[in-house]
Amino acid sequence: MSRTRMTGRAWLTAALLSCTAFATTGAQADDGVAKGDTSGKKIAFSNSYAGNSFRQVMIKSFEEMGAKAVADKQVAATAVVSSNNSVTEQASQIENLILQGYDAIIVLAGSDTALNGAIKDACNAGITVVAFASGVTEPCAYVVDYNLDSYAKAELDFISGKLGDKPANVLEIRGMAGDGFDKRLHEGFVKAMKDHPSYKPVGEVYGQWTATVAQKEVSGILPSLPQVDAVLTQGGDGYGAAQAFKAANRPLPIIIMGNRQDELALWKQEHDASGYQTFSLGATPSVSQVAFWVAQQILAGKQVPKFVEVPLLQINQPDLDAWLKTVPEGGVVNAEYPQELVAKIIDANVKKEPLPGVPAPK
Amino acid sequence: MSDAAARVPARFSSQARPALLNVLQVGLPAIALLVMLAIIFSIRPAAMSYFGVHLLFKLSVPLVFAALAQMMVIMLGDIDLSNGAFVGLITCVTALYLSDAPAFAVLCYLVLVAAYAGFGLLIHSRQLPSIIVTLGMSFIWLGMAVILLPAPGGSAPAWLAAFMSWQPPLMPLSIWLALLAALAGHLVISRSSYGAVLRGAGGNPRAVERAGWSVIGIRVAVYAAAGVLACLAGLTLTGLTTSGDANVAPAYTLLGVGAVILGGGSFTGGVVSPVGTVIGALTLSLAGSLLSFLQVPPTWQIGAQGVILFLVLAGRVLLSERTR
Repeated sequence: MSRTRMTGRAWLTAALLSCTAFATTGAQADDGVAKGDTSGKKIAFSNSYAGNSFRQVMIKSFEEMGAKAVADKQVAATAVVSSNNSVTEQASQIENLILQGYDAIIVLAGSDTALNGAIKDACNAGITVVAFASGVTEPCAYVVDYNLDSYAKAELDFISGKLGDKPANVLEIRGMAGDGFDKRLHEGFVKAMKDHPSYKPVGEVYGQWTATVAQKEVSGILPSLPQVDAVLTQGGDGYGAAQAFKAANRPLPIIIMGNRQDELALWKQEHDASGYQTFSLGATPSVSQVAFWVAQQILAGKQVPKFVEVPLLQINQPDLDAWLKTVPEGGVVNAEYPQELVAKIIDANVKKEPLPGVPAPK
Repeated sequence: MSDAAARVPARFSSQARPALLNVLQVGLPAIALLVMLAIIFSIRPAAMSYFGVHLLFKLSVPLVFAALAQMMVIMLGDIDLSNGAFVGLITCVTALYLSDAPAFAVLCYLVLVAAYAGFGLLIHSRQLPSIIVTLGMSFIWLGMAVILLPAPGGSAPAWLAAFMSWQPPLMPLSIWLALLAALAGHLVISRSSYGAVLRGAGGNPRAVERAGWSVIGIRVAVYAAAGVLACLAGLTLTGLTTSGDANVAPAYTLLGVGAVILGGGSFTGGVVSPVGTVIGALTLSLAGSLLSFLQVPPTWQIGAQGVILFLVLAGRVLLSERTR
């Protein structure tokens, strides 16, 4: 850790020197948005795969934010290149982006390690590389990612806010057996449970992040369970879990939702009927915008740590209606990450403070 | 199909025409390569330098070797669908063992090459269709790679990574390696007398057998050579990416076939050109780069790459009709 921070500082000193030399406004290592002149800079997005709806929204979020930034003279140009899940092709695309003279490249890597050579080339050519939502191991790249440990922790903290320290039974709905994402989330669950010794895990099912599978699996395990007080989820499975409890004529426990439209709609319906309360959290495809602004802020001379944690998008009771209106039928909540918010996220990372939440839509 | 059949006897009958045909066959992808380079250089003059060419062709080195491996198999009239998965397996073995236990890594390579040769023997002795056997092999290689390295990782030995980023005098390493590979292939396959026998084993195995050669021996040797070339592809790829990944190179299988055909090869067996294959591999790896220089929208890039391949192939067919 200390070594990466050192290189970050060394880099910053170099950036500061060059910025004060060339930019009239100079660079700022202080809080807030760095105002160094980046109107001549070009930022590219190297994407490993464009073939599903999550990635399509991700590319669109980047392009929209990029077009706005170009119009506001914050950057000169943006570009997106996608490889069709071929790591070698993505590597050669990164080499091309180096040649095309981009100042920063944000990377959604198809492999945690196989792009290291190309990313190193980009760093050596003086290009800022920001990898996001993937664990790229090349130390010269900045990484923008969620902290998956915080997922279960946020869920359990909410539950203890509602139930206190009373003994409670917790059911865990996991993703898919053998999946890396599921494994990391489950490890976070095990860690977070240690802080709440009065809570007892009573069961564990694999819901595959899908409402129908979760419903079937929860229905299967329910007869063998005592009273369940809370259900921890990984997103996409909350609606199915609720249906299973209803079908078994059991009272609804606190089921954490995962920002899907069906989950939010059910939550609202239950809240209107009986005052049911829970909360919802999840990843957002627009994390590409965070990576974009992190790259822009580095170019503008802001001090950015090598790892920037992105907050998960949390929805609390008061904001439920506002969020629900923005989600298309069957879709996932998405949010805009404007420049100021990303600057605040970076500052919170530097100071090790709690990350700012994504504000609810008006 | 018919022109390929007509070309085989033409090769052996006259001296002057096959040379001309050869030049034209190799010439078309070479022209396509030069045109693409010219477009890239005009968009981005900075690319017209040692460093620029180095970056443009860096990742074509493993593809050149993988295409040559594919060429050996196509020369026999077979096709190898396991090529890309095998390269992925080699990257895993290399990243896991080559730096800490080099002897064990070399042993692994030898066993894998022997397995490749063994499958060649199986295809010949049971008269099985190569497309089925190699498809099955591809799952075996992938399965082994995933067992060895469930998630991408490991690290390339420092000397290998250093070699791949070495900047030799005059030309970038990728160009040197492509030239050497093309020259070696040309001397062995197209020029030597043993090369004529090898090509004959694909074009007309009966005649070769009647002339006293063991076709089984030839096939096993050619499959082993394909395995060695695929090993080289895996080694160079590991040097470039500095790590192992079971799923790093599935695209090499079909890109390799494309390079062989682009370079003047034919599925009927016996007709291949090492020089053409090397140029074909360079052309295909540059086609993707060209599109990103032209800023083709990402959703169009895959289709556009196919169009480039189609245009060059169509040009080749037209040209060989003309020369006949």
